[in-house]
Amino acid sequence: MSTVMKTATPRTADPLLIDGVEYQSRLLVGTGKYKDMEETRLAIEASGAEIITVAIRRTNIGQKADEPNLLDVLPPDRYTYLPNTAGCYSAEDAVRTCRLARELLDGHNLVKLEVLGDEKTLFPDITQTLSAAETLIADGFRVMVYTNDDPIIARRLEEMGCVAVMPLAAPIGSGLGIRNPYNILTIVENATVPILVDAGVGCASDAAIAMELGCDGVLMNTAIAGARNPVLMASAMKKAIEAGRESFLAGRIPRKRFASASSPVDGTFF
Amino acid sequence: MDLIINGKPEQLPDGTTAAQLIEQLGLADQRLAMEVNREIVPRSAFTSYTFKSGDQIEIVRAIGGGAH
Repeated sequence: MSTVMKTATPRTADPLLIDGVEYQSRLLVGTGKYKDMEETRLAIEASGAEIITVAIRRTNIGQKADEPNLLDVLPPDRYTYLPNTAGCYSAEDAVRTCRLARELLDGHNLVKLEVLGDEKTLFPDITQTLSAAETLIADGFRVMVYTNDDPIIARRLEEMGCVAVMPLAAPIGSGLGIRNPYNILTIVENATVPILVDAGVGCASDAAIAMELGCDGVLMNTAIAGARNPVLMASAMKKAIEAGRESFLAGRIPRKRFASASSPVDGTFF
Repeated sequence: MDLIINGKPEQLPDGTTAAQLIEQLGLADQRLAMEVNREIVPRSAFTSYTFKSGDQIEIVRAIGGGAH
């Protein structure tokens, strides 16, 4: 009798499922704003993230291309690349960006759609976002979409066929935390696709709160890259996401106005 | 012929192919994607794709960036 030895990546009992693919980490991270490529690599390793967002930009022409390449430091066979349309202010630019990304990444069709409204707030332009989502889905893309914390729009994006809906917690890069937990909760309760908080997280407790609300994951960049010690913050975020998820699954006690003793009242000798 | 590459006016000999341009720019070993006049040119077509005067060429790569 022979035994087949099989090596497999350790699986948790509670994977994140996006478009039929299981991920063990519920923390998704961006790769921008780091001091250098080495800090990027170390922080992303410490975060435990499996899905990383990247930007699509012009190549530097005429400059020597000997700077380390993101794809060498974070190999696409180890991480799931999520090209995003950050910086796009129109549906047309967002669609062009996704098509270039798909060509760049050999047909990889999972994208993060984000169409911005203005530079001051970086709030999403919802009409442009809906238009781009429609075009991209028809073109075969699997769309994870950045949106505001409006439950009606979140539901519409799900109905259109987006594979994940990603409401903001607060303005991009603001670090203000979950500004409208009741809306996030409503979005989560309505949804049958994963809901991920995208934007606005400032510290580990913000990430835990998002998870305790029942979100399926959190996507962040600035909160890690902008911390005084990004690698340490990446580790803190990993733990916060795990703790928040377990806390959600465990089910919190109801809030009560008055105290409730935890030691028995019977058997006191005084 | 005159054309625009990544927003800058450039000149290329008539009949230049996408593959020749990438070689000339020293980008042959880089992972990139190309768009001409807002249409994707697949990498598999680089050797046969010939530019024409007035083309607007975009050559892009993936860089750090991302989420928030």
